[in-house]
Amino acid sequence: MDILRVENLSKVYGSLTAVDNLSFGIPQGICFGLLGPNGAGKTTTIEMMEGILSPSSGQVLFEGQPIGPKFREKVGIQFQSTALPEFITVKETIELFSAFYPNPRPLAEVIELCSLSDILNRDNQKLSGGQRQRMLLALAVIPRPELVFLDEPTTGLDPQARRHFWDLVNRIKAEGTTILLTTHYMDEAELLCDEIAIMDHGVILERDTPTQLLRQHFAGALVTIPEEAVANPSDLQKLTCCHDLEIRAGHVEIETSDLDGTIRSLLEAKIDLTRLSVHKPDLEDLFLKLTGKFLRS
Amino acid sequence: MIRQFLAIFRARSMEFLRDRGTFFWNLLFPIVLVAGFALAFGQPDEKVFKIGVIGPTTGIPAILSSPQFQQVPYPADQEAEALKKLRQHQLDLAVAPAQHRYWMNAESGKSILAERLLADELKLAASSMNPSTPALSLWAKGAVTGKPIRYVDWAVPGVISMNMLFSCLFGVGYVLVRYRKNGVLKRLKATPVSALTFLVAQAVSRLVIVLGTVVVVYAGTDFFLHFTMNGSYFDLLLVTVLGIVCLISLGLVFAARFRSEELANGLMNLLTFPMIVFSGVFFSLEGAPAPVRAAAEIFPLTHLIHAERQIMLNGAGLLQVAPDLGALALMTVVFLAIAAWLFKWE
Ligand SMILES: Nc1ncnc2c1ncn2[C@@H]1O[C@H](COP(=O)(O)OP(=O)(O)OP(=O)(O)O)[C@@H](O)[C@H]1O
Ligand SMILES: [Mg+2]
Repeated sequence: MDILRVENLSKVYGSLTAVDNLSFGIPQGICFGLLGPNGAGKTTTIEMMEGILSPSSGQVLFEGQPIGPKFREKVGIQFQSTALPEFITVKETIELFSAFYPNPRPLAEVIELCSLSDILNRDNQKLSGGQRQRMLLALAVIPRPELVFLDEPTTGLDPQARRHFWDLVNRIKAEGTTILLTTHYMDEAELLCDEIAIMDHGVILERDTPTQLLRQHFAGALVTIPEEAVANPSDLQKLTCCHDLEIRAGHVEIETSDLDGTIRSLLEAKIDLTRLSVHKPDLEDLFLKLTGKFLRS
Repeated sequence: MIRQFLAIFRARSMEFLRDRGTFFWNLLFPIVLVAGFALAFGQPDEKVFKIGVIGPTTGIPAILSSPQFQQVPYPADQEAEALKKLRQHQLDLAVAPAQHRYWMNAESGKSILAERLLADELKLAASSMNPSTPALSLWAKGAVTGKPIRYVDWAVPGVISMNMLFSCLFGVGYVLVRYRKNGVLKRLKATPVSALTFLVAQAVSRLVIVLGTVVVVYAGTDFFLHFTMNGSYFDLLLVTVLGIVCLISLGLVFAARFRSEELANGLMNLLTFPMIVFSGVFFSLEGAPAPVRAAAEIFPLTHLIHAERQIMLNGAGLLQVAPDLGALALMTVVFLAIAAWLFKWE
């Protein structure tokens, strides 16, 4: 059963349609990833689902009902950007938010779950990026939520802090909490999400499990060679193997299910293979294919 | 509800106490201002005697028309007003030529001196006119007593109220706009806390803070300056609390919608300047044209300061300041209604 559903959801800002007639549901207990480049409409969508933004049209259903007064007690939210109350410590902030909910998680459990013990008595304003995200996650899990919204929780974190954060998200997932996550990072989506939706310009382009999506869109391996390795561009035309060939950001990308054949025909065309690379297509490649944009631009 | 309220109240109060800059500014600014007034206007060193003349001036002793005496006319039915001023050392003598009476203040050196001059004159006049009449029997003498009211006594309610105005308006209005701008309000909107609980907690926290500051500032400066206090402290406290609640409500109106601190700040300054000038913080509006005085009535500060002065200087009771209390209560209700109607988390 879907814990949260949106039906014909749209948000219009003047002449800009930020979210365009979306309908989808999030099954109970999964981690659902909403992916898209900057300005795709992820935050707008997630904030309408949180009941923070009011939709221009369409509706959001939580457990089959329009969002009601009990909704706020059952969901945890981490915004893309939030300030924290000033001049109080991490511990005091958690105590403050705990007072807002009827059945909050005990302080010790929150500290343990989000690894906060080392920064408990630090002032909110003095947290590093990674510490801050942990703290914001803590605020989201205080109510023992059935559903947690995380809007780009790891943007701006160093690789180590991101890995650490993923551990925390996995712990919350292990408790059976449904998670809705938006991200720019494909590795993050691949690792955490059971289902993903890729959106751009306010519409969802694809939606499935990561493996299924990759299988659908990619035949096999992805071969990349730098453009300068191809002495004469007309050589590319002569390649017998490859129908699926694209030039992107100085690289020639060839998608192929017959790697041996491809390499053979590249050799025949006398293309320098010194800097050739072969990799299994990942969500990043899928993303580029679908949205035509670099994610981290 | 109560738990939410207490948690927000606690967080907001802690924020205030830990924000050292704001904390000391809130405490030091009024103290410095009051002390400055006491020093600058401490000894009014006037060389002339001020004489209140009640009723028609015909028959006034000639000496009172000499340059050492300044006459302040009072209509015949304003005798009480003139005597009040005499008690407060704002007049040195009061005379009623038509009734052949005069009053002096036995606790004022200047009054004693002025009386001696007047008595000599009357004695002289009496002896020259009718030697058989005892000199002073023609004019009846009245005596009043009362401590002097210095400028600082008059100014202290205004200065402290002005500080309350800043603290309420900016401590609520500005702070909530900042919360809205940086997303703290949005984060709270995402919790089960209702706007009402949140705002009441903010307002009560501010009330406690401002009241605490006022008590400390008043007690601290009173210790050195010994303000005139002719009324009851309980009445004064009551008026002050109502005034703070009213000013906080005004702050909530500013806090209801704005997203920009600069805009909110500018508008609040735009309001506070005329309010301070026209509510009589620094100088009395008694001599101002009637339309100006009438216009000043729309400011809550006017009523607050007036009621406080009535209690402190004239010993008025709650009944006598009831019109001011009524105006403050009415304004509070209006401000709260507007704030509730306008309020948006975002
Ligand atoms: N309040 C607003 N008024 C006008 N336009 C807005 C508003 N909020 C968002 N938009 C526009 O809507 C579009 C979608 O924005 P949104 O914040 O949802 O993107 P996003 O996918 O979250 O991007 P990012 O990855 O950068 O966070 C953008 O073009 C943005 O400029
Ligand atoms: Mg976003």
